[in-house]
Amino acid sequence: MDTFLQQVVNGLTLGAVYAVVALGYTMVYGIVQLINFAHGEVVMIGCMVAFTVIVALASAGLPPMLVLALGALAAIAVCMAVGYGIERVAYRPLRNAPRLAPLITAIGLSIVLQHLALLVWGRSYIAFPQIIEVKLYRLGNAETSATISNVQIAIVVASAVMMAALLALVYRTRMGIAMRATSQNPAVAGLMGIDVNRTIAQTFLIGAALGAVAGVMVGAYYGIAHYQMGFMLGLKAFSAAVLGGIGNLAGAVLGGLLMGLIEAMGAGYMGDFTRVCTLDTLLPGFAEACASNPDASLLGSNYKDVYAFIVLILVLVFRPSGLLGERVGDRA
Amino acid sequence: MPEAAAPLLAAEGITRRFGGLAALTDVSFGIGRGEIYGLIGPNGAGKTTLFNVLTGLYSLDAGVFRLDGKTMGSVMPDQVATLGIARTFQNIRLFGNLSALENVMIGRHLRTRAGVWGAVMRTAATRAEEAETEARAHALLEFVGIGERANDMARNLPYGAQRRLEIARALATEPKLLALDEPAAGMNATEKQSLRRLLETIRASGTTILLIEHDMRLVMGLCDRVLVLNHGRRIAEGAPADVQRDPTVIGAYLGGTHREAATT
Repeated sequence: MDTFLQQVVNGLTLGAVYAVVALGYTMVYGIVQLINFAHGEVVMIGCMVAFTVIVALASAGLPPMLVLALGALAAIAVCMAVGYGIERVAYRPLRNAPRLAPLITAIGLSIVLQHLALLVWGRSYIAFPQIIEVKLYRLGNAETSATISNVQIAIVVASAVMMAALLALVYRTRMGIAMRATSQNPAVAGLMGIDVNRTIAQTFLIGAALGAVAGVMVGAYYGIAHYQMGFMLGLKAFSAAVLGGIGNLAGAVLGGLLMGLIEAMGAGYMGDFTRVCTLDTLLPGFAEACASNPDASLLGSNYKDVYAFIVLILVLVFRPSGLLGERVGDRA
Repeated sequence: MPEAAAPLLAAEGITRRFGGLAALTDVSFGIGRGEIYGLIGPNGAGKTTLFNVLTGLYSLDAGVFRLDGKTMGSVMPDQVATLGIARTFQNIRLFGNLSALENVMIGRHLRTRAGVWGAVMRTAATRAEEAETEARAHALLEFVGIGERANDMARNLPYGAQRRLEIARALATEPKLLALDEPAAGMNATEKQSLRRLLETIRASGTTILLIEHDMRLVMGLCDRVLVLNHGRRIAEGAPADVQRDPTVIGAYLGGTHREAATT
Protein backbone atom coordinates (compact mmCIF):
# COMPACT_ATOMS: atom_id res chain seq x y z
CA MET A 1 0.00 0.00 0.00
CA ASP A 2 2.89 2.34 0.80
CA THR A 3 4.44 1.66 -2.56
CA PHE A 4 1.14 2.39 -4.23
CA LEU A 5 0.60 5.68 -2.45
CA GLN A 6 4.19 6.73 -3.03
CA GLN A 7 3.97 5.91 -6.72
CA VAL A 8 0.73 7.87 -7.03
CA VAL A 9 2.50 10.91 -5.61
CA ASN A 10 5.53 10.41 -7.82
CA GLY A 11 3.36 9.72 -10.84
CA LEU A 12 1.26 12.83 -10.36
CA THR A 13 4.38 14.97 -10.01
CA LEU A 14 5.92 13.50 -13.12
CA GLY A 15 2.57 13.66 -14.87
CA ALA A 16 2.21 17.35 -14.09
CA VAL A 17 5.53 17.99 -15.82
CA TYR A 18 4.56 15.82 -18.80
CA ALA A 19 1.24 17.64 -19.02
CA VAL A 20 2.90 21.05 -19.20
CA VAL A 21 5.31 19.84 -21.90
CA ALA A 22 2.49 18.05 -23.75
CA LEU A 23 0.54 21.32 -23.83
CA GLY A 24 3.39 22.81 -25.85
CA TYR A 25 3.15 20.00 -28.40
CA THR A 26 -0.60 20.05 -28.60
CA MET A 27 -0.97 23.83 -28.93
CA VAL A 28 1.43 23.96 -31.84
CA TYR A 29 -0.18 20.91 -33.43
CA GLY A 30 -3.62 22.40 -32.96
CA ILE A 31 -2.75 25.55 -34.84
CA VAL A 32 -0.37 24.41 -37.60
CA GLN A 33 -0.82 20.59 -37.64
CA LEU A 34 2.90 20.21 -37.05
CA ILE A 35 4.66 18.02 -34.50
CA ASN A 36 7.30 20.37 -33.15
CA PHE A 37 9.87 17.74 -32.29
CA ALA A 38 12.25 20.46 -31.15
CA HIS A 39 9.98 21.20 -28.18
CA GLY A 40 11.82 18.73 -25.94
CA GLU A 41 15.02 20.65 -26.65
CA VAL A 42 13.31 23.90 -25.66
CA VAL A 43 12.55 22.27 -22.31
CA MET A 44 16.20 21.20 -22.01
CA ILE A 45 17.39 24.72 -22.79
CA GLY A 46 15.03 26.09 -20.14
CA CYS A 47 16.57 23.75 -17.60
CA MET A 48 20.11 24.68 -18.65
CA VAL A 49 19.52 28.43 -18.60
CA ALA A 50 17.91 28.23 -15.17
CA PHE A 51 20.90 26.17 -14.00
CA THR A 52 23.38 28.80 -15.24
CA VAL A 53 21.49 31.70 -13.68
CA ILE A 54 21.00 29.94 -10.36
CA VAL A 55 24.67 28.96 -10.13
CA ALA A 56 25.71 32.53 -10.98
CA LEU A 57 23.43 34.00 -8.31
CA ALA A 58 23.96 31.31 -5.68
CA SER A 59 26.79 33.14 -3.96
CA ALA A 60 25.12 36.55 -4.10
CA GLY A 61 23.30 35.98 -0.84
CA LEU A 62 19.81 36.47 -2.26
CA PRO A 63 16.87 34.55 -0.83
CA PRO A 64 16.68 31.10 -2.48
CA MET A 65 13.11 31.59 -3.74
CA LEU A 66 14.15 34.80 -5.48
CA VAL A 67 17.11 33.07 -7.10
CA LEU A 68 14.86 30.27 -8.34
CA ALA A 69 12.32 32.79 -9.65
CA LEU A 70 15.04 34.72 -11.49
CA GLY A 71 16.34 31.47 -12.95
CA ALA A 72 12.85 30.58 -14.15
CA LEU A 73 12.29 34.05 -15.63
CA ALA A 74 15.59 33.89 -17.51
CA ALA A 75 14.65 30.42 -18.77
CA ILE A 76 11.26 31.69 -19.95
CA ALA A 77 12.84 34.65 -21.77
CA VAL A 78 15.47 32.54 -23.54
CA CYS A 79 13.03 29.77 -24.44
CA MET A 80 10.52 32.24 -25.85
CA ALA A 81 13.26 33.67 -28.03
CA VAL A 82 14.25 30.16 -29.14
CA GLY A 83 10.62 29.20 -29.76
CA TYR A 84 10.00 32.31 -31.82
CA GLY A 85 13.23 31.78 -33.75
CA ILE A 86 12.32 28.18 -34.53
CA GLU A 87 8.95 29.18 -35.95
CA ARG A 88 10.29 32.15 -37.89
CA VAL A 89 13.37 30.50 -39.38
CA ALA A 90 12.44 26.86 -39.75
CA TYR A 91 8.66 26.44 -39.91
CA ARG A 92 7.16 29.56 -41.43
CA PRO A 93 8.97 29.21 -44.77
CA LEU A 94 7.62 25.64 -44.94
CA ARG A 95 4.04 26.48 -43.95
CA ASN A 96 2.68 25.44 -47.34
CA ALA A 97 5.23 22.72 -48.06
CA PRO A 98 4.29 19.02 -47.99
CA ARG A 99 3.89 17.91 -44.39
CA LEU A 100 6.94 15.71 -44.43
CA ALA A 101 9.22 18.72 -44.94
CA PRO A 102 8.50 20.54 -41.65
CA LEU A 103 8.53 17.20 -39.82
CA ILE A 104 12.05 16.45 -40.99
CA THR A 105 13.05 20.04 -40.29
CA ALA A 106 11.74 19.62 -36.74
CA ILE A 107 13.93 16.58 -36.21
CA GLY A 108 16.90 18.43 -37.69
CA LEU A 109 16.26 21.41 -35.44
CA SER A 110 16.12 19.18 -32.43
CA ILE A 111 19.60 17.85 -33.27
CA VAL A 112 20.92 21.37 -33.90
CA LEU A 113 19.60 22.63 -30.55
CA GLN A 114 21.03 19.62 -28.72
CA HIS A 115 24.45 20.29 -30.13
CA LEU A 116 24.29 24.00 -29.43
CA ALA A 117 23.57 23.06 -25.84
CA LEU A 118 26.47 20.60 -25.97
CA LEU A 119 28.78 23.42 -27.01
CA VAL A 120 27.54 25.77 -24.29
CA TRP A 121 27.06 23.43 -21.34
CA GLY A 122 29.33 20.50 -22.18
CA ARG A 123 28.65 16.79 -22.50
CA SER A 124 28.67 15.72 -18.86
CA TYR A 125 25.77 15.53 -16.44
CA ILE A 126 25.28 18.74 -14.51
CA ALA A 127 24.15 18.74 -10.90
CA PHE A 128 21.21 21.11 -10.70
CA PRO A 129 21.78 23.22 -7.56
CA GLN A 130 19.38 22.28 -4.77
CA ILE A 131 18.91 25.77 -3.45
CA ILE A 132 15.56 24.96 -1.94
CA GLU A 133 15.99 22.67 1.03
CA VAL A 134 13.94 19.54 0.42
CA LYS A 135 11.39 18.84 3.12
CA LEU A 136 9.47 15.59 3.26
CA TYR A 137 5.94 15.34 4.56
CA ARG A 138 4.52 12.01 5.65
CA LEU A 139 1.25 11.11 4.01
CA GLY A 140 -1.55 9.72 6.14
CA ASN A 141 -0.95 8.10 9.54
CA ALA A 142 2.38 7.47 11.16
CA GLU A 143 2.69 3.88 9.93
CA THR A 144 2.88 4.75 6.22
CA SER A 145 6.26 5.47 4.74
CA ALA A 146 4.86 7.33 1.72
CA THR A 147 6.02 10.94 1.58
CA ILE A 148 5.58 14.02 -0.52
CA SER A 149 8.28 16.67 -0.76
CA ASN A 150 7.89 20.42 -0.90
CA VAL A 151 9.40 20.33 -4.40
CA GLN A 152 6.73 17.88 -5.54
CA ILE A 153 4.00 20.06 -4.07
CA ALA A 154 5.47 23.12 -5.78
CA ILE A 155 5.60 21.30 -9.14
CA VAL A 156 2.00 20.13 -8.94
CA VAL A 157 0.72 23.52 -7.81
CA ALA A 158 2.74 25.46 -10.40
CA SER A 159 1.54 23.13 -13.17
CA ALA A 160 -2.07 23.49 -12.12
CA VAL A 161 -1.78 27.28 -12.06
CA MET A 162 -0.17 27.37 -15.51
CA MET A 163 -2.79 25.06 -17.00
CA ALA A 164 -5.60 27.16 -15.55
CA ALA A 165 -3.98 30.32 -16.88
CA LEU A 166 -3.57 28.76 -20.31
CA LEU A 167 -7.19 27.65 -20.45
CA ALA A 168 -8.31 31.15 -19.41
CA LEU A 169 -6.08 32.64 -22.08
CA VAL A 170 -7.36 30.37 -24.83
CA TYR A 171 -11.04 30.46 -23.91
CA ARG A 172 -11.50 33.92 -22.45
CA THR A 173 -9.30 36.38 -24.31
CA ARG A 174 -9.24 38.04 -27.70
CA MET A 175 -5.91 36.39 -28.43
CA GLY A 176 -7.32 32.98 -27.50
CA ILE A 177 -10.28 33.39 -29.82
CA ALA A 178 -7.86 34.33 -32.61
CA MET A 179 -5.87 31.17 -31.87
CA ARG A 180 -8.92 28.93 -31.95
CA ALA A 181 -10.14 30.54 -35.15
CA THR A 182 -6.74 30.14 -36.79
CA SER A 183 -6.55 26.50 -35.77
CA GLN A 184 -9.96 25.83 -37.33
CA ASN A 185 -9.34 27.65 -40.58
CA PRO A 186 -6.31 29.88 -41.08
CA ALA A 187 -7.47 31.21 -44.46
CA VAL A 188 -10.83 32.40 -43.17
CA ALA A 189 -9.28 33.71 -39.95
CA GLY A 190 -7.00 35.84 -42.12
CA LEU A 191 -9.95 37.20 -44.06
CA MET A 192 -11.58 38.21 -40.80
CA GLY A 193 -8.58 40.39 -40.05
CA ILE A 194 -6.56 38.06 -37.86
CA ASP A 195 -2.84 38.27 -38.52
CA VAL A 196 -2.27 34.54 -38.92
CA ASN A 197 1.54 34.73 -38.75
CA ARG A 198 1.38 36.71 -35.55
CA THR A 199 -1.13 34.35 -33.99
CA ILE A 200 0.99 31.32 -34.86
CA ALA A 201 4.09 33.04 -33.46
CA GLN A 202 2.19 33.76 -30.23
CA THR A 203 1.30 30.08 -29.97
CA PHE A 204 4.96 29.11 -30.26
CA LEU A 205 5.89 31.74 -27.66
CA ILE A 206 3.36 30.45 -25.14
CA GLY A 207 4.35 26.82 -25.78
CA ALA A 208 8.01 27.71 -25.29
CA ALA A 209 7.31 29.59 -22.06
CA LEU A 210 5.47 26.55 -20.69
CA GLY A 211 8.39 24.38 -21.81
CA ALA A 212 10.85 26.64 -19.99
CA VAL A 213 8.98 26.28 -16.71
CA ALA A 214 8.76 22.53 -17.25
CA GLY A 215 12.54 22.50 -17.73
CA VAL A 216 13.06 24.25 -14.42
CA MET A 217 10.70 21.80 -12.73
CA VAL A 218 12.51 18.79 -14.17
CA GLY A 219 15.84 20.20 -13.06
CA ALA A 220 14.57 20.87 -9.55
CA TYR A 221 12.91 17.45 -9.30
CA TYR A 222 15.66 15.20 -10.58
CA GLY A 223 18.51 17.50 -9.56
CA ILE A 224 20.35 16.68 -12.75
CA ALA A 225 20.59 18.16 -16.24
CA HIS A 226 22.10 16.97 -19.47
CA TYR A 227 22.11 18.23 -23.04
CA GLN A 228 20.17 15.15 -24.21
CA MET A 229 17.57 15.24 -21.46
CA GLY A 230 15.01 16.89 -23.71
CA PHE A 231 14.93 14.03 -26.17
CA MET A 232 13.33 11.35 -24.01
CA LEU A 233 11.25 13.86 -22.07
CA GLY A 234 9.95 15.32 -25.34
CA LEU A 235 9.06 11.90 -26.76
CA LYS A 236 7.20 10.96 -23.60
CA ALA A 237 5.30 14.25 -23.51
CA PHE A 238 4.48 13.82 -27.18
CA SER A 239 3.18 10.32 -26.41
CA ALA A 240 1.12 11.87 -23.62
CA ALA A 241 -0.34 14.42 -26.04
CA VAL A 242 -1.24 11.62 -28.47
CA LEU A 243 -2.75 9.61 -25.62
CA GLY A 244 -5.00 12.52 -24.68
CA GLY A 245 -5.79 13.41 -28.29
CA ILE A 246 -3.31 15.71 -29.98
CA GLY A 247 -4.60 19.22 -30.56
CA ASN A 248 -6.83 19.02 -27.50
CA LEU A 249 -5.71 21.04 -24.44
CA ALA A 250 -7.66 19.06 -21.86
CA GLY A 251 -6.40 15.90 -23.56
CA ALA A 252 -2.79 16.97 -23.09
CA VAL A 253 -3.37 17.47 -19.36
CA LEU A 254 -5.15 14.15 -18.99
CA GLY A 255 -2.60 12.34 -21.15
CA GLY A 256 0.29 13.85 -19.21
CA LEU A 257 -1.09 12.85 -15.84
CA LEU A 258 -1.92 9.33 -17.03
CA MET A 259 1.51 8.96 -18.58
CA GLY A 260 3.17 10.00 -15.33
CA LEU A 261 1.07 7.54 -13.34
CA ILE A 262 1.68 4.72 -15.80
CA GLU A 263 5.40 5.31 -15.69
CA ALA A 264 5.53 5.53 -11.88
CA MET A 265 3.38 2.43 -11.43
CA GLY A 266 5.42 0.53 -14.00
CA ALA A 267 8.65 1.50 -12.30
CA GLY A 268 7.24 0.66 -8.89
CA TYR A 269 5.77 -2.73 -9.64
CA MET A 270 7.56 -4.20 -12.64
CA GLY A 271 10.37 -5.47 -10.41
CA ASP A 272 7.90 -7.34 -8.19
CA PHE A 273 5.99 -8.81 -11.08
CA THR A 274 9.07 -10.14 -12.80
CA ARG A 275 10.88 -11.46 -9.74
CA VAL A 276 12.57 -14.67 -10.86
CA CYS A 277 11.12 -16.69 -7.99
CA THR A 278 7.59 -15.60 -8.92
CA LEU A 279 8.22 -16.52 -12.53
CA ASP A 280 9.53 -19.90 -11.43
CA THR A 281 6.05 -20.94 -10.35
CA LEU A 282 4.64 -20.04 -13.78
CA LEU A 283 7.37 -20.90 -16.22
CA PRO A 284 10.04 -23.56 -16.07
CA GLY A 285 13.67 -22.60 -16.22
CA PHE A 286 13.88 -19.92 -13.55
CA ALA A 287 14.52 -22.28 -10.64
CA GLU A 288 18.27 -21.96 -10.87
CA ALA A 289 18.18 -18.17 -11.01
CA CYS A 290 15.77 -18.12 -8.07
CA ALA A 291 18.03 -20.34 -6.03
CA SER A 292 21.14 -18.27 -6.68
CA ASN A 293 19.50 -14.87 -5.97
CA PRO A 294 15.95 -14.90 -4.61
CA ASP A 295 15.58 -11.12 -4.93
CA ALA A 296 16.60 -10.82 -8.58
CA SER A 297 14.07 -9.48 -11.07
CA LEU A 298 13.94 -9.89 -14.79
CA LEU A 299 12.87 -6.30 -15.43
CA GLY A 300 13.67 -3.51 -12.99
CA SER A 301 12.70 0.11 -12.64
CA ASN A 302 15.26 1.10 -15.25
CA TYR A 303 12.69 -0.07 -17.80
CA LYS A 304 10.54 2.92 -16.84
CA ASP A 305 11.10 4.61 -20.21
CA VAL A 306 9.45 1.72 -22.02
CA TYR A 307 5.90 2.32 -20.82
CA ALA A 308 5.36 5.61 -22.61
CA PHE A 309 6.05 3.93 -25.91
CA ILE A 310 3.96 0.87 -25.17
CA VAL A 311 1.13 3.30 -24.47
CA LEU A 312 1.88 5.23 -27.67
CA ILE A 313 1.73 2.05 -29.74
CA LEU A 314 -1.50 0.88 -28.09
CA VAL A 315 -3.13 4.28 -28.64
CA LEU A 316 -2.07 4.42 -32.27
CA VAL A 317 -3.44 0.93 -32.87
CA PHE A 318 -6.70 1.08 -30.92
CA ARG A 319 -7.65 4.74 -30.65
CA PRO A 320 -5.56 6.90 -32.99
CA SER A 321 -7.57 10.03 -32.15
CA GLY A 322 -6.65 9.71 -28.46
CA LEU A 323 -8.86 9.71 -25.38
CA LEU A 324 -10.43 13.13 -25.88
CA GLY A 325 -9.52 13.68 -29.52
CA GLU A 326 -12.10 14.27 -32.17
CA ARG A 327 -12.20 12.21 -35.29
CA VAL A 328 -9.31 12.99 -37.55
CA GLY A 329 -9.21 13.08 -41.30
CA ASP A 330 -11.44 15.97 -42.31
CA ARG A 331 -8.40 18.21 -42.64
CA ALA A 332 -5.65 17.14 -44.98
CA MET B 1 -16.81 53.47 -66.51
CA PRO B 2 -20.23 54.83 -65.70
CA GLU B 3 -19.52 56.68 -62.45
CA ALA B 4 -18.27 60.19 -62.56
CA ALA B 5 -16.93 60.10 -59.02
CA ALA B 6 -13.95 57.88 -58.15
CA PRO B 7 -15.28 54.37 -57.52
CA LEU B 8 -14.86 52.72 -54.14
CA LEU B 9 -13.33 49.69 -55.79
CA ALA B 10 -11.73 49.76 -59.23
CA ALA B 11 -10.50 46.59 -60.89
CA GLU B 12 -8.20 47.01 -63.87
CA GLY B 13 -7.13 44.19 -66.16
CA ILE B 14 -7.56 41.47 -63.55
CA THR B 15 -6.01 38.23 -64.85
CA ARG B 16 -5.53 34.93 -63.10
CA ARG B 17 -4.43 31.63 -64.64
CA PHE B 18 -4.31 28.15 -63.16
CA GLY B 19 -1.72 26.40 -65.28
CA GLY B 20 -3.14 26.53 -68.77
CA LEU B 21 -6.62 27.54 -67.63
CA ALA B 22 -7.34 31.25 -67.80
CA ALA B 23 -9.79 31.67 -64.94
CA LEU B 24 -9.92 35.45 -65.36
CA THR B 25 -8.73 37.41 -68.36
CA ASP B 26 -8.40 41.19 -68.35
CA VAL B 27 -11.47 41.90 -66.24
CA SER B 28 -12.11 45.55 -65.39
CA PHE B 29 -14.95 47.22 -63.53
CA GLY B 30 -15.70 49.89 -60.94
CA ILE B 31 -18.03 49.80 -57.98
CA GLY B 32 -19.44 53.11 -56.77
CA ARG B 33 -19.87 54.02 -53.13
CA GLY B 34 -23.15 52.76 -51.69
CA GLU B 35 -23.91 50.59 -54.70
CA ILE B 36 -25.15 47.04 -54.68
CA TYR B 37 -23.10 45.61 -57.51
CA GLY B 38 -24.01 42.20 -58.88
CA LEU B 39 -21.59 39.66 -60.32
CA ILE B 40 -23.25 36.98 -62.41
CA GLY B 41 -22.35 34.40 -64.98
CA PRO B 42 -22.70 30.68 -65.65
CA ASN B 43 -20.97 28.13 -63.40
CA GLY B 44 -17.22 28.25 -63.86
CA ALA B 45 -17.31 31.80 -65.22
CA GLY B 46 -14.73 32.96 -62.66
CA LYS B 47 -16.94 34.74 -60.12
CA THR B 48 -15.55 33.07 -57.03
CA THR B 49 -12.02 33.30 -58.43
CA LEU B 50 -12.56 37.04 -58.67
CA PHE B 51 -13.54 37.09 -54.99
CA ASN B 52 -10.49 35.06 -54.12
CA VAL B 53 -8.02 37.35 -55.89
CA LEU B 54 -9.80 40.39 -54.46
CA THR B 55 -9.45 39.08 -50.90
CA GLY B 56 -5.85 37.95 -51.25
CA LEU B 57 -6.51 34.20 -51.18
CA TYR B 58 -5.08 33.89 -54.70
CA SER B 59 -2.36 36.03 -56.16
CA LEU B 60 -2.91 38.04 -59.33
CA ASP B 61 -1.11 37.24 -62.58
CA ALA B 62 -1.85 40.70 -63.94
CA GLY B 63 -3.97 43.71 -63.17
CA VAL B 64 -4.61 45.80 -60.11
CA PHE B 65 -7.32 46.54 -57.57
CA ARG B 66 -7.72 50.05 -56.21
CA LEU B 67 -9.72 50.64 -53.08
CA ASP B 68 -10.57 54.27 -52.41
CA GLY B 69 -8.07 55.20 -55.12
CA LYS B 70 -5.22 53.36 -53.36
CA THR B 71 -3.53 50.45 -55.10
CA MET B 72 -3.93 47.29 -53.04
CA GLY B 73 -0.89 45.50 -54.44
CA SER B 74 -0.30 41.97 -53.26
CA VAL B 75 -1.67 41.83 -49.73
CA MET B 76 -2.28 39.16 -47.15
CA PRO B 77 -5.91 38.33 -46.39
CA ASP B 78 -5.79 39.99 -42.96
CA GLN B 79 -4.55 43.20 -44.56
CA VAL B 80 -7.43 43.06 -47.02
CA ALA B 81 -9.77 42.98 -44.03
CA THR B 82 -7.93 45.89 -42.43
CA LEU B 83 -8.22 47.88 -45.66
CA GLY B 84 -11.98 47.44 -45.50
CA ILE B 85 -13.09 44.43 -47.54
CA ALA B 86 -14.95 41.58 -45.88
CA ARG B 87 -16.50 38.54 -47.49
CA THR B 88 -18.68 35.51 -47.04
CA PHE B 89 -18.31 32.16 -48.74
CA GLN B 90 -20.34 30.17 -51.21
CA ASN B 91 -19.73 27.08 -49.10
CA ILE B 92 -20.19 28.42 -45.60
CA ARG B 93 -16.91 28.68 -43.71
CA LEU B 94 -17.70 29.50 -40.14
CA PHE B 95 -15.58 28.49 -37.19
CA GLY B 96 -17.84 25.55 -36.42
CA ASN B 97 -16.54 24.81 -32.94
CA LEU B 98 -16.93 28.39 -31.75
CA SER B 99 -20.18 29.96 -30.62
CA ALA B 100 -22.06 32.33 -32.91
CA LEU B 101 -21.03 35.17 -30.62
CA GLU B 102 -17.35 34.20 -30.77
CA ASN B 103 -17.50 34.00 -34.54
CA VAL B 104 -18.62 37.62 -34.65
CA MET B 105 -16.08 38.65 -32.00
CA ILE B 106 -13.37 37.33 -34.29
CA GLY B 107 -14.55 39.79 -36.88
CA ARG B 108 -13.98 42.52 -34.27
CA HIS B 109 -10.40 41.33 -33.79
CA LEU B 110 -8.75 43.83 -36.05
CA ARG B 111 -10.69 46.76 -34.61
CA THR B 112 -9.55 45.95 -31.09
CA ARG B 113 -6.09 45.87 -29.63
CA ALA B 114 -5.93 44.19 -26.23
CA GLY B 115 -2.65 42.30 -25.93
CA VAL B 116 -1.41 39.48 -23.75
CA TRP B 117 -0.42 41.84 -20.98
CA GLY B 118 -3.86 43.36 -20.72
CA ALA B 119 -5.46 39.94 -20.85
CA VAL B 120 -3.28 38.61 -18.05
CA MET B 121 -3.52 41.69 -15.84
CA ARG B 122 -7.22 42.29 -16.55
CA THR B 123 -6.55 45.99 -16.97
CA ALA B 124 -9.49 48.37 -16.99
CA ALA B 125 -8.87 49.14 -20.67
CA THR B 126 -8.94 45.46 -21.58
CA ARG B 127 -12.11 44.80 -19.63
CA ALA B 128 -13.82 47.79 -21.18
CA GLU B 129 -12.74 46.66 -24.65
CA GLU B 130 -13.91 43.10 -24.08
CA ALA B 131 -17.28 44.32 -22.86
CA GLU B 132 -17.54 46.62 -25.88
CA THR B 133 -16.58 43.81 -28.28
CA GLU B 134 -19.18 41.52 -26.80
CA ALA B 135 -21.86 44.17 -26.89
CA ARG B 136 -21.10 44.98 -30.52
CA ALA B 137 -21.14 41.29 -31.41
CA HIS B 138 -24.53 40.86 -29.73
CA ALA B 139 -25.85 43.89 -31.58
CA LEU B 140 -24.68 42.49 -34.93
CA LEU B 141 -26.33 39.14 -34.22
CA GLU B 142 -29.56 41.01 -33.45
CA PHE B 143 -29.11 43.03 -36.61
CA VAL B 144 -28.95 39.96 -38.86
CA GLY B 145 -31.82 38.41 -36.89
CA ILE B 146 -30.15 35.58 -34.96
CA GLY B 147 -29.66 37.31 -31.60
CA GLU B 148 -31.26 34.48 -29.67
CA ARG B 149 -28.73 31.94 -30.99
CA ALA B 150 -25.64 33.80 -29.68
CA ASN B 151 -24.36 30.98 -27.51
CA ASP B 152 -25.04 28.10 -29.88
CA MET B 153 -22.08 26.48 -31.58
CA ALA B 154 -21.91 27.77 -35.13
CA ARG B 155 -22.05 24.27 -36.59
CA ASN B 156 -25.35 23.58 -34.78
CA LEU B 157 -27.16 26.54 -36.32
CA PRO B 158 -29.66 25.93 -39.10
CA TYR B 159 -28.43 26.65 -42.58
CA GLY B 160 -30.12 30.02 -43.04
CA ALA B 161 -28.83 31.20 -39.67
CA GLN B 162 -25.29 30.14 -40.66
CA ARG B 163 -25.53 32.32 -43.77
CA ARG B 164 -26.68 35.23 -41.62
CA LEU B 165 -23.90 34.57 -39.14
CA GLU B 166 -21.34 34.79 -41.93
CA ILE B 167 -22.74 38.19 -42.84
CA ALA B 168 -22.63 39.34 -39.21
CA ARG B 169 -19.03 38.16 -38.89
CA ALA B 170 -18.06 40.03 -42.06
CA LEU B 171 -19.86 43.19 -40.89
CA ALA B 172 -17.97 43.04 -37.60
CA THR B 173 -14.79 44.01 -39.44
CA GLU B 174 -16.53 47.30 -40.34
CA PRO B 175 -15.96 46.88 -44.06
CA LYS B 176 -16.35 49.56 -46.69
CA LEU B 177 -17.09 46.79 -49.17
CA LEU B 178 -19.01 43.67 -48.22
CA ALA B 179 -18.49 40.85 -50.73
CA LEU B 180 -21.17 38.16 -50.58
CA ASP B 181 -20.69 34.88 -52.44
CA GLU B 182 -24.15 33.44 -53.16
CA PRO B 183 -25.78 34.44 -49.87
CA ALA B 184 -29.20 33.17 -50.97
CA ALA B 185 -28.01 29.73 -52.06
CA GLY B 186 -30.28 27.08 -50.59
CA MET B 187 -32.75 29.56 -49.13
CA ASN B 188 -36.50 29.36 -49.66
CA ALA B 189 -38.57 32.26 -50.98
CA THR B 190 -39.40 33.68 -47.53
CA GLU B 191 -35.77 33.52 -46.43
CA LYS B 192 -34.72 35.22 -49.65
CA GLN B 193 -37.18 38.03 -49.02
CA SER B 194 -35.80 38.68 -45.57
CA LEU B 195 -32.22 38.42 -46.88
CA ARG B 196 -33.10 41.05 -49.44
CA ARG B 197 -34.40 43.37 -46.72
CA LEU B 198 -31.24 42.74 -44.71
CA LEU B 199 -28.97 43.63 -47.64
CA GLU B 200 -30.97 46.80 -48.30
CA THR B 201 -30.58 47.81 -44.64
CA ILE B 202 -26.84 47.18 -44.84
CA ARG B 203 -26.58 49.31 -47.92
CA ALA B 204 -28.64 52.04 -46.28
CA SER B 205 -26.16 52.06 -43.39
CA GLY B 206 -23.45 53.07 -45.86
CA THR B 207 -21.76 49.78 -46.75
CA THR B 208 -21.18 49.01 -50.41
CA ILE B 209 -22.07 45.48 -51.47
CA LEU B 210 -20.56 43.21 -54.12
CA LEU B 211 -22.89 40.29 -54.68
CA ILE B 212 -22.46 36.99 -56.50
CA GLU B 213 -25.87 35.47 -56.91
CA HIS B 214 -27.59 32.93 -59.14
CA ASP B 215 -31.12 33.88 -58.22
CA MET B 216 -31.95 36.28 -61.03
CA ARG B 217 -35.05 37.68 -59.35
CA LEU B 218 -32.96 38.66 -56.35
CA VAL B 219 -30.21 40.13 -58.54
CA MET B 220 -32.63 42.07 -60.71
CA GLY B 221 -34.56 43.43 -57.75
CA LEU B 222 -31.59 44.34 -55.62
CA CYS B 223 -28.61 45.32 -57.75
CA ASP B 224 -27.96 48.78 -59.15
CA ARG B 225 -25.59 47.42 -61.75
CA VAL B 226 -24.48 43.98 -62.84
CA LEU B 227 -21.27 42.61 -64.31
CA VAL B 228 -21.53 39.43 -66.36
CA LEU B 229 -18.58 37.07 -66.65
CA ASN B 230 -18.25 34.10 -68.97
CA HIS B 231 -15.16 31.91 -69.31
CA GLY B 232 -13.26 34.41 -67.20
CA ARG B 233 -14.03 37.38 -69.43
CA ARG B 234 -16.27 40.36 -68.98
CA ILE B 235 -19.11 40.08 -71.47
CA ALA B 236 -21.52 42.75 -70.26
CA GLU B 237 -22.08 45.36 -67.60
CA GLY B 238 -24.96 47.67 -66.85
CA ALA B 239 -28.38 48.02 -65.27
CA PRO B 240 -29.98 44.62 -64.60
CA ALA B 241 -32.80 45.16 -67.08
CA ASP B 242 -30.37 46.01 -69.92
CA VAL B 243 -28.04 43.16 -69.15
CA GLN B 244 -30.96 40.75 -69.12
CA ARG B 245 -31.77 41.62 -72.74
CA ASP B 246 -28.16 41.49 -73.93
CA PRO B 247 -27.88 38.77 -76.63
CA THR B 248 -24.33 37.85 -75.53
CA VAL B 249 -25.55 37.27 -72.00
CA ILE B 250 -28.50 35.20 -73.17
CA GLY B 251 -26.13 33.20 -75.35
CA ALA B 252 -23.78 32.61 -72.45
CA TYR B 253 -26.53 31.26 -70.23
CA LEU B 254 -28.38 29.24 -72.83
CA GLY B 255 -25.28 28.08 -74.70
CA GLY B 256 -24.55 29.88 -77.96
CA THR B 257 -23.94 27.94 -81.16
CA HIS B 258 -20.26 28.88 -81.31
CA ARG B 259 -19.63 28.26 -77.63
CA GLU B 260 -19.09 25.11 -75.67
CA ALA B 261 -21.76 24.77 -73.07
CA ALA B 262 -20.14 25.77 -69.79
CA THR B 263 -20.83 22.90 -67.52
CA THR B 264 -19.42 22.04 -64.17
